[in-house]
Amino acid sequence: MSERQVVSEQIIEFVSDAGEGAQTAGQCLGTVSAKMGNGIWTVEIIPAEVEPPRRSKAGASGNRVRIGRGAITNAGDKADLVVAFNEQVLYSRFDVGAMREGTIILLDDKWAYVEDASIRADFESAVADFRARGCDVRFVPFEAETKKIIPDPRHGKNIWSLGLVCAIYDRDMAHAELEIERKFARKSRAVVDSNLSLLRAGYAWGQAHSGLAFSIPAQPSSEPRIVVNGNIALALGIMAAGIEVCSMYPITPATSISHYLAEAFPRMGCVVHQAEDEISALGFALGASFAGKTPVTITSGPGLALKNEFLALAVMAELPVVVVIVQRGGPSTGLPTRVEQGDLLAALYAQPGDAPKIVLAPSTHEECFQFVITARKLAETFRTPVILLSDANLATGQQPIARPRPKPQWFAPPVDLGDWDENVPPFQWDEETGLSQRPIPGQKNGNYVVTGLAHDQNGHVAYESSINERALCARSTKMATLQRALKPPVVHGDAEGDLLVIGWGSPRGAIEEAVDTLRVRGLRVSSVTLKFLSPLEPGLKEIFSRFRHLLCIEMNYSDPASYGESRRYSQLCTVLRAHTLCDIDCWSHVRGIPLAPSEIERAILDHLKGIEL
Amino acid sequence: MNMTDWTLEPRLREFELGDYLGAAPRWCPSCGNHTVLKCLQKLCKDLNLPPEKTVVVSGIGCSSRLPHHMGTYGFHSLHGRALPVAEGIRARRHDLSIFVVTGDGDCCAIGAGHWIHALRYNMKMTVLLLDNNIYGLTKKQTSPTTPAQTRTNTHPNGAPLEPINPLATAISVVNASFVAQCVDWLPEHLYHTLLRAQAHPGLAFVRIRQRCPHFMKGHLDAFVQDPGRLQLLTDSRGIDPGSLTQTVSTVPHDPTDFQAAMRVARQAEPIPLGLVYLNEGAVRYDEFTQRGLIMSAEEKLAVINAEFDKFAIV
Repeated sequence: MSERQVVSEQIIEFVSDAGEGAQTAGQCLGTVSAKMGNGIWTVEIIPAEVEPPRRSKAGASGNRVRIGRGAITNAGDKADLVVAFNEQVLYSRFDVGAMREGTIILLDDKWAYVEDASIRADFESAVADFRARGCDVRFVPFEAETKKIIPDPRHGKNIWSLGLVCAIYDRDMAHAELEIERKFARKSRAVVDSNLSLLRAGYAWGQAHSGLAFSIPAQPSSEPRIVVNGNIALALGIMAAGIEVCSMYPITPATSISHYLAEAFPRMGCVVHQAEDEISALGFALGASFAGKTPVTITSGPGLALKNEFLALAVMAELPVVVVIVQRGGPSTGLPTRVEQGDLLAALYAQPGDAPKIVLAPSTHEECFQFVITARKLAETFRTPVILLSDANLATGQQPIARPRPKPQWFAPPVDLGDWDENVPPFQWDEETGLSQRPIPGQKNGNYVVTGLAHDQNGHVAYESSINERALCARSTKMATLQRALKPPVVHGDAEGDLLVIGWGSPRGAIEEAVDTLRVRGLRVSSVTLKFLSPLEPGLKEIFSRFRHLLCIEMNYSDPASYGESRRYSQLCTVLRAHTLCDIDCWSHVRGIPLAPSEIERAILDHLKGIEL
Repeated sequence: MNMTDWTLEPRLREFELGDYLGAAPRWCPSCGNHTVLKCLQKLCKDLNLPPEKTVVVSGIGCSSRLPHHMGTYGFHSLHGRALPVAEGIRARRHDLSIFVVTGDGDCCAIGAGHWIHALRYNMKMTVLLLDNNIYGLTKKQTSPTTPAQTRTNTHPNGAPLEPINPLATAISVVNASFVAQCVDWLPEHLYHTLLRAQAHPGLAFVRIRQRCPHFMKGHLDAFVQDPGRLQLLTDSRGIDPGSLTQTVSTVPHDPTDFQAAMRVARQAEPIPLGLVYLNEGAVRYDEFTQRGLIMSAEEKLAVINAEFDKFAIV
């Protein structure tokens, strides 16, 4: 065995037909690496259908794993090594620009020997094509080797290939074996054993025949850590926040939150309610909230559209509720399994009438966890719905994060249930803050009627115009009150310069990586990530004033600048232009894949090129 | 059923009718809603339900204003959405008495999906369908229960379709447990129906046939004037007919017999009154949602820490 080549980071992909287990292989590789102390970020490659046709581009299923020496904050750019079980699914990775010159492709060559001449021809032309593009295509007999251990290689070559990759990258086999035990814990011992055999066989083959040997040094953390994807982080946050009811309707890519909760939540004496539709999921949550229980509802963009009428009621009736939205590609059914940040304006404005509410966007896995706890407190203190905007990139990507330390007070009930002071009306809006306390059924003397109709401080229906304006003012004042309590966002990089990149949500890691690269090259570029989108964090105008140019980068649609007055700005850009009157430009794309640092670098450079510095 | 209470346990709090009065109703004079409101208030008083432990939930429409006229907690929600809200209230609160008030447009049109599923969830609550066969608040549009050929503002030449049958629809839902019918002009029977519904352990669905003096003038007059066109269903598990037996004919009916219940539900005339369907073995979803209600913060903390262990890497 030759000396291992030390690399500081690697991007490895597994791609297969759906059902061949490439996702499992990638997840295991990520977890094993995280356990070794490496930074990781994983991205799932998911087809929209359950079992799409085999050997088809759109049917590609798998996982990208970026492994590094230190913390990894995004999925990175081009793959270094790809395991592919057929050449057609691999084409989908070329289409999204995931390959570079020199990418090592480990491809099963069984397709060169099948009876069907057209498949053989497709395979040969694809291999020639990949090589012409500069990729290092190597044949690996995945199925043939797997068949030596189990009869049906379709369900097993993934673990064999995991063993192979573990050998190539010097992964700790004790961790890998534990991961196999964990993954197949619900299966029979025989299944666990045959997968362990596959793992070891792949490893042995890799050592003997792959001719590839790298190592990715790790910096193990002394702090306790957990490895989770964004949806699990949200689910754990829901549990730790003292939320008692999760009311939901299945929708990709949010549903996996409830899958995990359905199993774990009852152990905490809490309930997952699968409602008959998106609308009733929020109605049920609001009923629970009215009755003094802490609810969450989880959905994605199309579900938000259906929930808007109830969201407005929650604003009007001042009922606390946490609404988690895991964004996907839109409009309409859009790209169900792919990432986009297209629901910001809908979250802010899509409800009937003027319905101010709190909107937060986690940008890391830690924030996915922590913001649920914050959201619950904000919802109750400000008596309002709180929307958390996550996205498909955070949802499915795995990351190691510091193990949270929950406190018993996180589980406290929302309000003291003693008798209500009958002299206090249920909407005693404070002149200065807009805040008021709410009675809960069961509290004596607190009897009132929640209504979506305009109402006075007693909750009585009131059609007088002055009362309606007073109530709208109170609800808006609450947002101003919260804003006064917030700190200005922290700028990444220098506090002044030529260009400030403004972003929100999951692109943060890629934006900061691009900014860091360009700063090393001497460019005066910084970035800022907004976490509060309603109300906006304070001091933005002041921060913006210290940069000569401002550029929003996000994953939703925008027109090029040449469109002039009719130009469609990206969504955060639209909001910030309105709020700050600053001339903020934008760059965005809606290709359904996470923003890569290199394309952000290019966007920044193009932008700087186009302006006089 | 005698409501006199001879218990020797002194009641700590004795409520009066006035405790259940809210804002003065603004319904048209002689609207059937007034009767339902009065019966509900009397029921609360007779059962001595603490007003703070009583919640009336409604959707949108004339009848859905009812919570505002009660002195209890209330939730005047969205058009068609009273049932999901009531389910959410019940989900973790077994101590509350929950009444849902909904109209024929609210329940059988915009809220039909929720209606079907609420019957199936069978969570403990009394659901009152105030069915006057027309949209009132929005001014005379065809509702799902408007008789065919009725001239309305949306069908000026007559409603083209036969109305749906709320009783038959409700009974047909698997796990529905209690379906009854009464009419607004017989308040004593209406009251006894509410009383029986309130005693039912699951979701009690009560359809109240109602007059709309403004938009459906006289459409039930023939039945009001001729008690011979009504029929009381009698059974030991059914609804106390009270003094009605003196004027209305009776027929024995086994509410647990699905086929018999379906026949009664589909009977246009005479209008059947009483308990049409009863399924005492129905599963209650609130027993599922209320599991684990009493867990301390420390116990919850132990569970969440055990969950973290599953994802721990150091």
